[in-house]
Amino acid sequence: MVRLIELLGAYIIKFTEELGRVLLLLGNTTRLILLPPFEAKSVLKQMIEVGIKSLPVVLITAVFTGMVLALQSYTGFKRFGAESMVASVVALSMTRELGPVLTGLIVAGRAGAAMAAELGTMRVTEQIDALETLAANPVKYLIVPRFIAGLIMLPALAVITDIVGILGGYSVTVGLFGTSSTTYWKRTWDYLKMDDIYYGILKACFFGGCIALISCYRGFYSEGGAEGVGKATTSAVVLSSMTILISDYFLSAWLFK
Amino acid sequence: MIEVSGLSKSFGKKQVLRGANLRVERGESMVVIGGSGSGKSVLIKHIIGLLKPDEGRVSVEGKDITGLDEKGLYEVRRKFGMLFQGAALFDSLNVWENVSFVLLRDKHMSRSDARRVATEKLKMVGLAGVEDLMPSELSGGMKKRVGLARAIAYEPEILLYDEPTTGLDPIMADAINDLIIEMKRELSVTSITITHDMHSAYKIADRISMLYLGEIIETGTPEQIKNTGNPIVRQFISGSAVGPIKVID
Ligand SMILES: Nc1ncnc2c1ncn2[C@@H]1O[C@H](COP(=O)(O)OP(=O)(O)OP(=O)(O)O)[C@@H](O)[C@H]1O
Ligand SMILES: [Mg+2]
Repeated sequence: MVRLIELLGAYIIKFTEELGRVLLLLGNTTRLILLPPFEAKSVLKQMIEVGIKSLPVVLITAVFTGMVLALQSYTGFKRFGAESMVASVVALSMTRELGPVLTGLIVAGRAGAAMAAELGTMRVTEQIDALETLAANPVKYLIVPRFIAGLIMLPALAVITDIVGILGGYSVTVGLFGTSSTTYWKRTWDYLKMDDIYYGILKACFFGGCIALISCYRGFYSEGGAEGVGKATTSAVVLSSMTILISDYFLSAWLFK
Repeated sequence: MIEVSGLSKSFGKKQVLRGANLRVERGESMVVIGGSGSGKSVLIKHIIGLLKPDEGRVSVEGKDITGLDEKGLYEVRRKFGMLFQGAALFDSLNVWENVSFVLLRDKHMSRSDARRVATEKLKMVGLAGVEDLMPSELSGGMKKRVGLARAIAYEPEILLYDEPTTGLDPIMADAINDLIIEMKRELSVTSITITHDMHSAYKIADRISMLYLGEIIETGTPEQIKNTGNPIVRQFISGSAVGPIKVID
């Protein structure tokens, strides 16, 4: 029992310590965003890494999610004669929840892992030390561009997911179940408010920042050679995904009151 | 001009440096020798402020750098060039961009000018036609020399070389020795070189210091070191497995 409490205590201390370091890194990163030199080229490169290269997976996920959502809600709603509501269900779920969360999870798995692996390798091969000796602040040079890319590209991807998901729902509802096209679009817009879209985008922005920050943190402070880089990468993905899922609940409770 | 006093550093339970003292004068070429794992790399990482000491201080031109904030530290580092033991080239940049990193970033040199400087520095380390290769396409010895070209590219006042000739063939190693001597003579740089290669040490050193069990146990000119009375140093420079230094402790 005592042992258990000790372990729990150690765990809590470690957690608080790490949280503190992540927040310090956040402070440092946001401060450096505003200071020259601006790494326009690196930012662009990272935006391509995070955004464009995640696009195929995001598109496929979005279209099938929209389709299955329509399929399930159609067959379910049919039981009490509410088939006409399918479009609304798809539109609301995509914009408020699935758009931001699914893209967040995909980007965490793809770009987050890449960030942690890249920075981790740079750490263990002393490239980060080399940046320091060349008087280039590694947080500015490496983390700021990735953070900016996360903040911008996640919302962009989420909007694409929203649209493609709704189109996926359309293809099933109209193509398979024969609902008229006009009804689908009417139902889509009937209950959808601009706030649903805005808040969804806001969530995506938050997730993008979290993924970049957590993954960079893990990579930046990794140690112990190739094995350490592997561990950093895994924990970056796990931690980012958990953060997305947990913070999603609280953000939703707060935003969609 | 560089003064290390009472430097101690531990990693976890392992104490690497135990009150090391080292003084390097302006324009001097200091060579640090010592067994593998004795803490030579750790020592020079303290001099450029990459590691913070547990105890002791490092001063550069009379200024204590151990307590400096980020901004102050970057200012001091502009005086330094460092060649890492593993070269530490940026693998997202090609060879010439690695060499001209500082010129492109801080000195706002145009890309064509920066490339010209890179080509010239690469020639100094015996490399030609490699400008557009990526670091992953280079051999170990080539990486080392690109790392060297990067360290000297922006003409720093102080150079730290971590094993500059390890992994090079004997002729290339001697060319690098000549380059180090030339840097000192022509540009009057102050340098600290870590090496296991005694031939190279005698050639480039004004003075040699030996690091043993976390302390500098002897410092002297190459002549003094060759004729030392210290049995530990004598065993090290003659490269003998028998003597006071145990191979396995
Ligand atoms: N970042 C670190 N974390 C933990 N231990 C370290 C770290 N850096 C160095 N050490 C330890 O410090 C000791 C000295 O390392 P250092 O790299 O300075 O040796 P060295 O004298 O340069 O050896 P070599 O000639 O083989 O390069 C080693 O035992 C190493 O394990
Ligand atoms: Mg070393």
